[in-house]
Formats: sequence, structure tokens, C-alpha cells
Amino acid sequence: MSLKLGVPSKGRLMEKTFSWFEKRGITLSRSGSDREYAGKVEGIDGVSLILLSAGEIPRELAAGRIHLGVTGTDLVQEKLPRWEQQVEQVSKLGFGKADLIIATPACWVDVDTLDDLDAAAAAFRKAHGHRLRIATKYHRLVREFLTEAGVADYTLVDSQGATEGTVVNETAEAIADITSTGETLRANHLKILTDGLILQSQATLWRSRVASYNDDSKAVLSEVMDRLS
Amino acid sequence: MPNRSQIQARAAMMRVRFEAAGAQVVDPPLLQPAETLLDLYGEDIRARAYVTSDALRGEQMLRPDFTMPVVQMHMSEGAEPARYTYSGEVFRRQEHDPDRSNEYVQVGYEVFDRNDPAGADAEVFSLFALQLRGLPLRAATGDIGILTAAVQGLRTTDRRKAALMRHLWRPRRFRILLERYAGRKPGPEGRDTLLDAENPLDGDVPMIGKRRASEIEARIEALREDRETPPISDNELAGLETLLNVRETMPFALEQLRDVAVDLPQITPALNRLEARIASLQARGVDVETLDFEAAYGRTSMEYYDGFVFGFYAEGRPDLPPIATGGRYDALTRQLGNGAEIPAVGGVIRPDLMLEIEEDAQ
Repeated sequence: MSLKLGVPSKGRLMEKTFSWFEKRGITLSRSGSDREYAGKVEGIDGVSLILLSAGEIPRELAAGRIHLGVTGTDLVQEKLPRWEQQVEQVSKLGFGKADLIIATPACWVDVDTLDDLDAAAAAFRKAHGHRLRIATKYHRLVREFLTEAGVADYTLVDSQGATEGTVVNETAEAIADITSTGETLRANHLKILTDGLILQSQATLWRSRVASYNDDSKAVLSEVMDRLS
Repeated sequence: MPNRSQIQARAAMMRVRFEAAGAQVVDPPLLQPAETLLDLYGEDIRARAYVTSDALRGEQMLRPDFTMPVVQMHMSEGAEPARYTYSGEVFRRQEHDPDRSNEYVQVGYEVFDRNDPAGADAEVFSLFALQLRGLPLRAATGDIGILTAAVQGLRTTDRRKAALMRHLWRPRRFRILLERYAGRKPGPEGRDTLLDAENPLDGDVPMIGKRRASEIEARIEALREDRETPPISDNELAGLETLLNVRETMPFALEQLRDVAVDLPQITPALNRLEARIASLQARGVDVETLDFEAAYGRTSMEYYDGFVFGFYAEGRPDLPPIATGGRYDALTRQLGNGAEIPAVGGVIRPDLMLEIEEDAQ
């Protein structure tokens, strides 16, 4: 049995993960054509590479179908309840950095904090007859954050992409999304609440606590750990 | 662990006892319209209830409790006065604690009666105590109505009082608001500049979204007005603080609260109701001398209760949720009653937990 390593199958996240492992003497590559989701591992024996969408890696780790996986903190914490019990953080990879934040229209000059958002939500509900809508794909993280902060009279609406556009389109009044430079937010005339930082995320290597390990895979795991430290 | 048929048998037995006390059996549907529950509890309910949907009826929730459907049923077709009992499963999504059940049986008793609210409070509590007799339980009681009266009688603006009332059930935000209104917490940076500006909306950012400029202006106006409002006095603040910390047996709690009423005279009618309740409980044979009363009880978990609240807890099993809970929810009948309202009080018991405690004892 080999040690299964899950890595994002596309784009910069994949390339940067490959070069992060390369620096540590483990060469990962896509086998065959660019369209094929099979991988090759050189420089270490007993590791097999599984290319997956970053969003599926938390679930695969939690199901124990992969032993190690690279994905963002945001996805692990959103998708896995009690994530600490299912996965262990091995190493932060130093890229893919992004903050999960709450943003409102920049023209809301009276709203800077969660406190303001809560007051605006109460008045909004009275004026419009429905709760203030916050567009996001991070339902659990956002709800827990707002519950903890005691914000009321809001509703979460699902947005799986182009979330920044929901405000202009009037399908939401505010958003909760990840941002790295804030460029897209500014371009869409949005601003971040001063206390609206929910989570700081980056690409991270995780180890599954629930996957089964035999003597071989334990030995391979400890060799991988040696290379990474 | 008790099995399902044991739990059902116990539930049926308790429901029969509630029937004998004069209640009519009701059996609300398992699926409830999500919108009503969301309006009532806010987005938090999504973390606690299972949501499903179809194209015709939209989002539905597996009932997280019986109170809402029973109140709705009574408000649309019930005769007065009315007493109801029910037993059946409720469903609670569990995301953090695998030891908590996501499906369990509740047996309940609800009273809708305009006469003698103190008597109805005592009736429900003593019936519950009777059903639970012999188990090693500790009863806790409280009264949300006292805190409500204290807030509504503060010498400050209606806007501030409404904001505090809105967060009565969120102690943390309540405290933040209170500190701000007492002048102990400054507003966010740059707030004064904004409020001093002649035309605060004259920026170079475009107006986007459904919240209109007039709404932003209205809030700025409200913030300006609030800045000119004198802080809530130290006396009132200290009174609230003392009130929230009262934790005594019932007669002593009443005595301490009468002292608080020197600074907060607005709570006196609520205290008179508490006194009448104590007398009614006593008349029904409840030992009020040893019954605990906490003024802050029920503030975090029991959102729709607005008067008397109670719970029964297993001694020596702090891991278990309360075996029974209940209270008065007059405001809920107003919210769901389309203009009508009626004083209402009731509660639920969990037969599964009762059986578990009985097994422990053997």
C-alpha cells in the first residue's frame, strides 16, 4: 500500500505545490498529457499522487481516502466540522494566501464595523421587509462568525462565484468572500469591515487522522516528514 | 441506553397524564415552512435544523420543536382557553458534539389562558415536577420579564431601548451596546468626522446596492442624535448589573430584586407578578423555599420566552442537556397571531433522558 498524496489538479496552486515539493527533493508531475488527472512521483518511493479539485481534498482527507493533501485552511474549516479531529496540519506552504472577510458597499459611509452592520441590518429589514442578504459560499464559517459576534437580521444567500457582483445586481447587500489583494473588491466598489476578518487562509499540507496506515505507509510517512522538516 | 419502544411507551404514558390534566392531544406535521422559522429565529436556526426543499413549497424544515406549530394552530383555529399536549420526534442538526442526539422525542404541555397567568405558570411547573417526581433533578427558574421591564424603563431614548431589547437574548452584544450607551466605549475611528461632515454622502464612490442613500442618511441622523444623548446613568447601569447577578432561592431572590427596584422602579410590576407566581406555586405544593431563581436564566438558549422560564437538570450528569424546559411566550403568540395575541405558557420533557437517568440510578 502506498501513501496517497492529494494535490490540487489545476493552475497556479498545482504549480506552486509542485515546486514546493521539488525544493524538498520530491518531484511531482502530471503523467501523460495536460488533460490527464494522473500523477507521477519521483525522488521518493511509496508515494502516489492523486490530482483532485482543491475543494474535494478536505472531504477525501476526512474519508481517509488520501493520507496527505494540500488545500486551503478556508476549505478545511468550512467543509469539515470538528476539523481538528479529522486532519492535522503538517506545514503551511506560504502561498495561496487569502483572507475570508465581510465586505459592504463602499458607499455605506455609516458602516465600518460589525456593530454598524448589525444596526444597518435591523433598519434594512424594517424598510425592505426582508433580512439583509450576505452572499457567500462559506456558509458555516460566516454563520458561526456572525453568531459569535451577535449580528442579527441577516440571511446568507449562496454564491459560488462572481460574489463581488451580487451587490451591484441587487441580489445581496453585502458579501463574505476570500480576497488576497482587495483589488476585485475595490473594482466592485466594496470595502472590508474593520473587524470583518473571519479567517486567514493559505495553502497547507494536511495529514488525515482517519486514514489507515500500515507499517509500510508509516515508514513512507516518516520519510516524507523528514524531507519536509 | 433506553430503546425506541421504551421511549415511545414512556412518552405515551406522560401524554396521558397531561390529558388527564385537561389537555387536548395535537399532532403537528413534521415538515414546517422554513421561512416562518427563519423569521422567528434568524439565520442561526440553519445551524440547528435540517432543511429540505421541493419546487412547490420551497424550503421546509424538519420541526426543531413543537412550540411554533402549536401556537400557529391555536392562533388560527383554537378556542379559548385551551390546553394542548403532544408527543413526537424533533430534529436538531448537530455539527459539534457527536454525543448529542439529532432526533429525539419530546412530550409537551401548553396552556393558552387569559385568566390568572401566575396560576398558569404554577400549573405548568407543578405538572412537570409531578411527571419528573423521584428523579435526581435540580430545578432552575427565572423570569425574562424582569429584565425586559428594566430595559424598557431606562431613562434613555426609545431607539436605544429598542436596540437593547433586540439583543436581550445575545448577552455579549447586549453588553457592548450597554457600554456604548453608558459612554464607556468610544465609537469607531473616524465616526466623529463623518457625523460632523455637512454632506457625508458627498464622496467619490458610486451608490450601489439595494440600501438607498436615504437609508444611509437616516442612520447618520440617528447616530448624530445618539451622540447628543446623555449616557445611561451609573445608577441604572449598576442596577442592571445587580439584577443580572441575582441568583438565590425564590423568596430571597425576590427580596434582593425589591432592593434593585429602588434604583430601577420600573421592575416593580414584574416583581409583583413574580410574587404572585411564588404564592401560586406554594398553593400547588411546590417547595419554593428551596427552588432556585436566577435573574439571567434562559437568556442564551430560550429565545422566544419572555416571562417565567424553568428547566430541570440531572444532578451529577452535567453532560446531559436539560431533561425538561419551558416558559411563558406571550410575545410569540403576538408575532404568529396576525394581530391577535394570548398569554401562553408551556414546556417539554424528554422521555429518553428520563429513562437514561433511571438506568443510572439502578
